[in-house]
Amino acid sequence: MLEINNLHASVVDIENSEILKGINLKVNKGEVHAIMGPNGSGKSTLANVLMGRPDYEVTAGSVVFYGESILGLRAEERAHRGMFLAFQYPAEIPGVRPWQFLKAALDSKAESRGEDKMSVRAFSKLFDEKVEAVGINPTLVKRSLNEGFSGGEKKRNEMLQLEVLQPSLAILDETDSGLDVDALRIVAEGVNSMRSPERSFIVVTHYQRLLNYITPDVVHILVKGKIVRTGGPDLALEVEKDGYKEYLAAAGANA
Amino acid sequence: MTNQNTISRESDLSGGEYKWGFVSDIETDLAPKGLSEDIVRLISAKKEEPDWLLQWRLKAYWHWVDLFENEAEPTWAKIDYPKIDYQDIYYYAAPKGTNEAPKSLDDVDPEMLATFEKLGIPLQERAVLAGVAVDAVFDSVSVATTMGKQLGELGIIFCSFSEAVKNHPDLIKKYLGSVVPYTDNFFAALNAAVFSDGSFAYIPPGVRCPIELMTYFRINTEGSGQFERTLIVADEGAYVSYLEGCTAPFRKTSQLHAATVELVALDNSEIKYSTIQNWFPGTKDGEGGVYNFVTKRGRADKNAKISWTQVETGSAITWKYPSVILKGDNSVGEFFSVALVNNHQQADTGTKMIHIGKNTKSTIVAKGISAGKGSNTYRGQVQIMPGAENAVNHTQCDSLLVGDECSAHTVPYIEVRNPTARLEHEASTSKVSDDQLFYLMARGLSEEEAHHMIITGWSRDVIKELPFEFALEAAQLLKVSLEGAVG
Ligand SMILES: Nc1ncnc2c1ncn2[C@@H]1O[C@H](COP(=O)(O)OP(=O)(O)OP(=O)(O)O)[C@@H](O)[C@H]1O
Ligand SMILES: [Mg+2]
Repeated sequence: MLEINNLHASVVDIENSEILKGINLKVNKGEVHAIMGPNGSGKSTLANVLMGRPDYEVTAGSVVFYGESILGLRAEERAHRGMFLAFQYPAEIPGVRPWQFLKAALDSKAESRGEDKMSVRAFSKLFDEKVEAVGINPTLVKRSLNEGFSGGEKKRNEMLQLEVLQPSLAILDETDSGLDVDALRIVAEGVNSMRSPERSFIVVTHYQRLLNYITPDVVHILVKGKIVRTGGPDLALEVEKDGYKEYLAAAGANA
Repeated sequence: MTNQNTISRESDLSGGEYKWGFVSDIETDLAPKGLSEDIVRLISAKKEEPDWLLQWRLKAYWHWVDLFENEAEPTWAKIDYPKIDYQDIYYYAAPKGTNEAPKSLDDVDPEMLATFEKLGIPLQERAVLAGVAVDAVFDSVSVATTMGKQLGELGIIFCSFSEAVKNHPDLIKKYLGSVVPYTDNFFAALNAAVFSDGSFAYIPPGVRCPIELMTYFRINTEGSGQFERTLIVADEGAYVSYLEGCTAPFRKTSQLHAATVELVALDNSEIKYSTIQNWFPGTKDGEGGVYNFVTKRGRADKNAKISWTQVETGSAITWKYPSVILKGDNSVGEFFSVALVNNHQQADTGTKMIHIGKNTKSTIVAKGISAGKGSNTYRGQVQIMPGAENAVNHTQCDSLLVGDECSAHTVPYIEVRNPTARLEHEASTSKVSDDQLFYLMARGLSEEEAHHMIITGWSRDVIKELPFEFALEAAQLLKVSLEGAVG
């Protein structure tokens, strides 16, 4: 489904700002990949580059999604093709209702695919169901998108969007950070219920505890812009115990 | 003033015999360019006005001449435009075939109706289906009034200003100029002298007008000015919601629009006045466009309420300060505004809240969106008079910048002459952030859609004050007006 080869990326207009230094990653249909790594190692940058954020410039390498290069596509085109990014820091948009925003997002996806738009009625029903499923306080979704939401509420709102939009590749950037135990379980249950042979996940996390609920197929360790180790679920336990010292030392020696 | 046909001022006002010095054909539908006493008389005659109204116009005219000669055209606003040549404007233009007021839509020129269609104002359907009574002013003469009968049964009067002069002269005589006298300002004087037509509404005591009343204004003739005059009177305990839409076609030369709106809210009544102003803003390079100099003011008596809501996206120049005189005790004034400028547009707009009565309350929510090379100024005045015990004002004034070449300015004046007053003022300036844009685009919205969603969201507090269909139209307008500024 997704194949990343030797991906290098820098910040636009800043010299010597390379953050991703040759990422290789292959995600097959139906797989769940976890990415762990120290602060500032480039996890969010990778997630944003995959989603097409214009602040970054890909200087080398390729990203192929469903057999086609997506590097030339704008963010909305990637979304239309089934990519989704749950943001580490979701933006606040005053005056825009989550409902209105999600309907517009669904509509533009349908439009791009030449499909019919969902009726307002059907959408309302779906929306209400999902609001309940992710345990968002219903008064919250009557407010402005993310404005004044607590950290955990923002993350739940990302989950709501994930569940409504049903993407084929979902990238979750620390969706578990700042969540209470109940919310954590909801995120995990959401992901697990959406797991299917046709849908893949890339879950960026700092905590092994999420992986107790979501069993990943593959775990990657990202350090200083490179994937330095790939393994099974046990790798997460190892990191939890030993930290990243060893990898940082190795990466430092290579640098 | 140059005027070959001038008769002395004294003889003007004497109302004696008058000869049209320059007009060879009184049947013409377009009076010659230029402003003179003759033109004022011509307009009044064309409309078969009573003498008192002609005299009022003439007084206004001479007052304007005085102001003009003393160079009293206002210059304090933050707008920059070439000097207006008042002699190079047509002051009267009637669409063909409307010498006789049409009795029904069938009497209206089909081409005119076609133009309305093009503007997205399907008069018939919209009026009937949406339950809106439309009074459309095409250039200067009102061409159609619908739903009149239904309203008539409630004693509501809604008609063109000219018809009101004919059919309800007592009401006009009583209220014309009572809130905006012709001496008020330069443009108000000009309007009083040459106003062509406009709308009149009267809601009798205790009556709640069951539908939104609506007028669509449009400037059509090249080089013509438009000077409509609107008067709305809500009698004691009455309620009315009035909508005003404005459009003008693409023209490379600038056009002058100087309207006056007077609202009279008697005890315990409420008037809600909503405007979508989309006069032609000029080309991308700043050619042409409407110069919009408008005086709007309402007087709220005891326990009365006046709300102004405006979405201003058009005009090359906007000079407009819908105001409320809070005369009666416990009266309420509101002003909700979104003004958008793009390309070379300039807007200097805001409001005046004049607190005279006790326990009066005013709310101001003014939002300015600047894009392109646009300049947007909020100018507001809150005045608390000595007798206004316990007056309250809340002002919120926000600017949003789209791009780097535009500007936003805020000029609040506050004058407090009673120590019991409570005033709050909040102001903010923000930019559409890359984070917001990317967030929306990552969910599938195009850059343009994302901008539009952010901007309408930001304007929401104002747009939600508009009646439903108008709110949709306003959101659409914001989108269209921003084209080229984003993406
Ligand atoms: N737009 C940008 N401009 C400048 N520097 C940036 C930009 N984006 C990322 N960086 C830098 O790149 C590095 C990687 O950042 P990134 O956010 O990808 O880290 P992360 O692995 O997600 O960290 P965390 O675990 O703290 O979320 C950091 O040093 C960060 O400061
Ligand atoms: Mg991060």
